[in-house]
Amino acid sequence: MHGPVAPPRRLYLDHHATTPCDARVVAAMLPWFAEHFGNPHSAEHAMGREAEAAVEEARAEVAALIGAEPREIVFTSGATEANNLAIKGAARFARAQGSPRMRIVTVATEHKCVLESVRDLAAEGFEPVILPVGPDGLIDPEAFAAAVDERTLLVSVMAANNEIGVVHDLAALVPIAKRAGALVHTDAAQAAGKVPLAVEALGVDLVSLSAHKMYGPKGVGALYVRRRPRVRLAPLFSGGGQERGLRSGTLPAPLIVGFGEAARIARAEMVEEAERLAALRERLWSRLAAAIPGLRLNGHPSRRLAGNLNLTFPAARAADLIARCPELCLSTGSACSSAEIEPSYVLRAIGLSAEEAGRTLRIGLGRSTSPADIDHAAAALIAAHEACAAAA
Amino acid sequence: MTGPLYLDANASEPLRPEARRAVIETLDTVGNPSSVHAVGRAARRILEEARERVAAALGVAPATVFFTAGATEANAIALAGAAREGRRLLVSAIEHDSVLRASPRIEPVPVTGEGIIDLAALEAALAANSRPALIAVMAANNETGVIQPLAEVAAICARFGALLHVDAAQVPGRLPLGGLAGHGIGSLVLSAHKAGGPKGAGALVLPGGWWPGPLVGGGGQERGLRGGTEPLPAIAGFAAALAAAEAWRAAGGAERLARLREEIESGLSERVPQALIVASASSRLPNTVAIALPAVAAATQVMALDLAGVCVSAGSACSSGKVAESHVLRAMGLGPLAASTIRVSLPWDAPDDAPPRFLAAYAATAGRLAARAVEPVPA
Repeated sequence: MHGPVAPPRRLYLDHHATTPCDARVVAAMLPWFAEHFGNPHSAEHAMGREAEAAVEEARAEVAALIGAEPREIVFTSGATEANNLAIKGAARFARAQGSPRMRIVTVATEHKCVLESVRDLAAEGFEPVILPVGPDGLIDPEAFAAAVDERTLLVSVMAANNEIGVVHDLAALVPIAKRAGALVHTDAAQAAGKVPLAVEALGVDLVSLSAHKMYGPKGVGALYVRRRPRVRLAPLFSGGGQERGLRSGTLPAPLIVGFGEAARIARAEMVEEAERLAALRERLWSRLAAAIPGLRLNGHPSRRLAGNLNLTFPAARAADLIARCPELCLSTGSACSSAEIEPSYVLRAIGLSAEEAGRTLRIGLGRSTSPADIDHAAAALIAAHEACAAAA
Repeated sequence: MTGPLYLDANASEPLRPEARRAVIETLDTVGNPSSVHAVGRAARRILEEARERVAAALGVAPATVFFTAGATEANAIALAGAAREGRRLLVSAIEHDSVLRASPRIEPVPVTGEGIIDLAALEAALAANSRPALIAVMAANNETGVIQPLAEVAAICARFGALLHVDAAQVPGRLPLGGLAGHGIGSLVLSAHKAGGPKGAGALVLPGGWWPGPLVGGGGQERGLRGGTEPLPAIAGFAAALAAAEAWRAAGGAERLARLREEIESGLSERVPQALIVASASSRLPNTVAIALPAVAAATQVMALDLAGVCVSAGSACSSGKVAESHVLRAMGLGPLAASTIRVSLPWDAPDDAPPRFLAAYAATAGRLAARAVEPVPA
């Protein structure tokens, strides 16, 4: 067996990669790892029904987080699967129905699984359009409007970016796509539980969610699928016909219970927590900026997630900073690709050179981050940067 | 008052304590296994240790084990990959729905009345068309428990150069895991929660180097076969469950279940002689018995037993909400009995008094229902 995972003095500042499970989430899940083990699809006996009831309660919590109806929530294994299901499912279903629309519009800074799904569809004959973003990481509404027309089947724009933290203006973009008659999907893995999302007000058709990015467990996510007007999808895979045929496979009841609790907590605490995190982020940014002239903030300064900083340092490589601050858990980009040598395509899309991208760190504050942590992180990064600059 | 008697292990095994410990320990793990910092690396170690444990239980190389969300997804990846390669998809008619419904191009291979894949029919199907094929045969059926002749199937596959896909979801804790991957299998599927692990994890094992390609693309996890952040607690629980199930089985656990089942079967022939054991002459999983009660709808039996505090099922769990006639029993040619059969599957922690409790409830149910038995509606 593995031992303790990390010594307590380690400071976790990578909340975009994943978040620790909230203690309340763990407490909610534990009974479901013990006496309640029924298969939620065994509707014929008491233990199956008990699991089914818990799944439905969680479904209602997840729905409430984004203002949806419970039956509009399809549980998946995570946001990656939800994104694949939304994009491939909507496109393949529409084509099977004889829709002439073949264009799929998305953005260069989307999560890899969105871009890969669109690329897979291109191989199936669909027409991909990958929109650029401005230096602030945001989408130009005019370029967006020009790309979305009556040939467009689906638009996929993330709610908030996982690297530079910018929050896209869905309220402005969605109506443009709806007027063109396109379906709208948004990957809300980073935004859900951090910024308010209301599917009715936004008018989106499909929304991807991830539990482990909002203090829930890994291994579960959801896709919101609008019912009025009804959005139809082709499933990625078939089998027992669970989740109304959209997603076969036994539902992981304990993980779903944890997801429901995470959604409940996020809904109750989101506004207050965002204010707290924004203040901590300002504190970190102002200390670093004061001590490190030439430090640059990537992504729009205010239209961003409260816990996110993405910084290009003037005189140190990110890898060297990380090496000099072993107690800080930081990253250079998204977790999926952070083991890669290539510079982040998100940073390249906002105009950074490969060399600049190599001097860039992503910092993600979260629920466990305290003011003392911020002071410690600021001091450590400032000292590390000085040392790197002196060594250069 | 005791709780319900759970006899639906083939739908989901109760969590094993070793798995629970591993899940709970890992729930507090912070990092994403793909992150390069210390916490991420610690998470990666847990993931790779789990992969090594699963590999060790199967006797394969860790690099051949790929984690998925469960057996359904693992089956789907393999079948979709084979379909993309233009292979014929020859699958036994009693496969799980995740195999049978994986593609519109599925060609079912019939089974005998004893629930065993018809080897002559399989050979004939392969001989009739020389296109490369994937053959899907489960290790043991989830509804009848009938163990399939994998060695013979593998020999046929080898003769025709076909790829063998084995859904082994029902094997852990019931049959030896060791030799499973040794038949020249192209792909093998396991499910965590059928092994006494948590729901939400499974594995696709590719021991022969075949690469079906991804179904869900994304961050390049699982070496590009399956995108998405790995569910560490579920995976750690899966690995612990598999190791525990194998040790428990080898230490006499499976034999104990076989004794309990024998007690149920002999009790049935005494107390409810009109009840029939499905595929009784076949070699079956030690924990599984499918029982037909002529002219009484399976759903009625299951509901009556549920009221008596006994959890069993009519067919597999996925479809049981729908109360459709079992495709497995239909493929075996059971005729109207297919709609009158329940599945009793003993969990690893079945109590010693499970047989008498089940028999008392079943005999009472059968007696009451026989009084007003009607012909079940044909499907």
